[in-house]
Amino acid sequence: MAISAGTSAGISAEDRRKLEKLCQKFRRKLIDVLHAKQTGHPGGSLSVCEILVSLYFHQANVDSGNPGDPNRDRIILSKGHAAPMLYLALAEKGFFPYGEIDTLRDFETRLQGHPSIKDTPGVELSTGPLGLGLSAGLGMALALRLDRSPARVYVVLGDGEINEGTVWEAAMAAAKFKADGLTAILDWNRVQLDGATDDVMPSGDLGAKFVAFGWNTIHCDGHDIGAICRACDEAAAAKGRPSIVLAHTVKGKGVSFMEGKSAWHGSPIKDADYEIARRELDEGVGA
Amino acid sequence: MKIAIREAYGQALLECGRENGDIVVLDADVSGSTKSAMFKKEFPERFFNVGIAEANMTAMAAGFASAGKIPFVNSFAAFVTTLGLLPARAFASYSKLPIKLMGAYGGLSDAFDGPSHHAIEDIAVMRALPGLKVYAVSDVAQTRWAVRHAVEDRSPMYIRLSRDYFPDHYAPGEVFEDGKAKLLRDGGDVAIIACGLMVEHALQAAELLGAEGISARVVDMFTIKPLDAGAVLECAAKTGAIVTAEEHTVIGGLGGAVCEALCEGGASVPVTRVGLADRHAECGPYAKLLHKYGLDKDAIVAAVKKTLAKKK
Repeated sequence: MAISAGTSAGISAEDRRKLEKLCQKFRRKLIDVLHAKQTGHPGGSLSVCEILVSLYFHQANVDSGNPGDPNRDRIILSKGHAAPMLYLALAEKGFFPYGEIDTLRDFETRLQGHPSIKDTPGVELSTGPLGLGLSAGLGMALALRLDRSPARVYVVLGDGEINEGTVWEAAMAAAKFKADGLTAILDWNRVQLDGATDDVMPSGDLGAKFVAFGWNTIHCDGHDIGAICRACDEAAAAKGRPSIVLAHTVKGKGVSFMEGKSAWHGSPIKDADYEIARRELDEGVGA
Repeated sequence: MKIAIREAYGQALLECGRENGDIVVLDADVSGSTKSAMFKKEFPERFFNVGIAEANMTAMAAGFASAGKIPFVNSFAAFVTTLGLLPARAFASYSKLPIKLMGAYGGLSDAFDGPSHHAIEDIAVMRALPGLKVYAVSDVAQTRWAVRHAVEDRSPMYIRLSRDYFPDHYAPGEVFEDGKAKLLRDGGDVAIIACGLMVEHALQAAELLGAEGISARVVDMFTIKPLDAGAVLECAAKTGAIVTAEEHTVIGGLGGAVCEALCEGGASVPVTRVGLADRHAECGPYAKLLHKYGLDKDAIVAAVKKTLAKKK
């Protein structure tokens, strides 16, 4: 695997440290909320943390003060079950009060179990049924191109999600339409609900597959904010074809006993486990 | 010159496209059949052929809609309402995005391609999606109205079209109203509530029945959702016997919708649903299929007599 060294500007060391702190804050709050609610998906929320933080707080032009800006960048969390991490990012961006996170999955909450464009400010696409976000993101990118908008579309995919055939239909179409305003980011944590992706449905050499489909592919460490930002800059610089950032991640990242474990895809967090998780996150183990 | 429903659709879409730059058209490699190619010829930059990938096409439409476009999704009705169903549910229904789902080749109109290509459960499937409007057009003028309505009404919707020629019932430019059925023939013994091509068969059946002294009322229920429940109850009150007729299975389509309205409205009248009797058809000439599978004027006449026998 070639990890991109990156040639573009990326992110300053100071900003990077700030975002790393933010990730630590989000992980703690995520564990607090999922423990309190006894429902929700910890594994894939923890693996996608640096990806979403890099997009919302450095890479993308998203402003809660101007949510209808036609030229805003669009971020789609196609792996909708990681909604808690998305909500943390949107709250921190000012789309709704940070404390509203505590209503996650509650009766009559704005923060539904999976992202809903109708209910939650800042959500660009309702997701949950897997495999549809890349197609919708392609439609958005083509609409923005018709309007001569400079806005970019970012679609965050899960590596279990890409079992769905629609992802590959969209991959073909994005190359056909030369959708260079579209950047997909794969949260490649190698674990899905029933087990390792290699056991459930081996994805093989994903880089080679996307290259064969006509995409620009960039590998990066999906927990290294600097690397993610450089990869997104590289993607934006590629003309005439869509790009995918293959972000190598760890499912359950930051909580030792959750890391790499399919059991933590969507399991409730018991009190004893919560204490250990909080201690690790407070001490910054793995963060 | 007489034109097929699909040609009327292609023309109407092109005309709307000239007036409204927000319209975008997607097709899944059947634009020559759906006639969306007429739009493509004049507006290639607003036309997207996604290949044979109906699910991707429908999900792409969500992206266009969320960015302010009015996307028309085109393929055979049998595939739009099956392969396109998950994105239709997630984005048109749940998310309320203004996606316009166009079901070319409704009913048995793709006759020779056989049951794999017949759309006989599309109305039931799409009607079940919360918030999604459903229409089935009966002639050229109504097709033109439906396309214009799809552009002007922000609701997500499914419009069932046809490959074939339908006789005219309306003058060009006839005014239609969302949720308001059209009364095509008054009568006091029985009411035939039909949609699509079966409107013509209902009118022919009414003629035959008239010769036998049976007075049949005929209603074109092109607006299946919202259904004109008032018109349905009026039919019950004025005739006391109802026959529904549709190119669809008898389960969950127009017949189902009419029965729901009758029950909820407290109308206790005998009803017979003319349609496919929970079975698939086969390939063959369109008219012969309609006759063999009980979807024509003869079937309607028989259904009327059966229903009148049960009338109190």
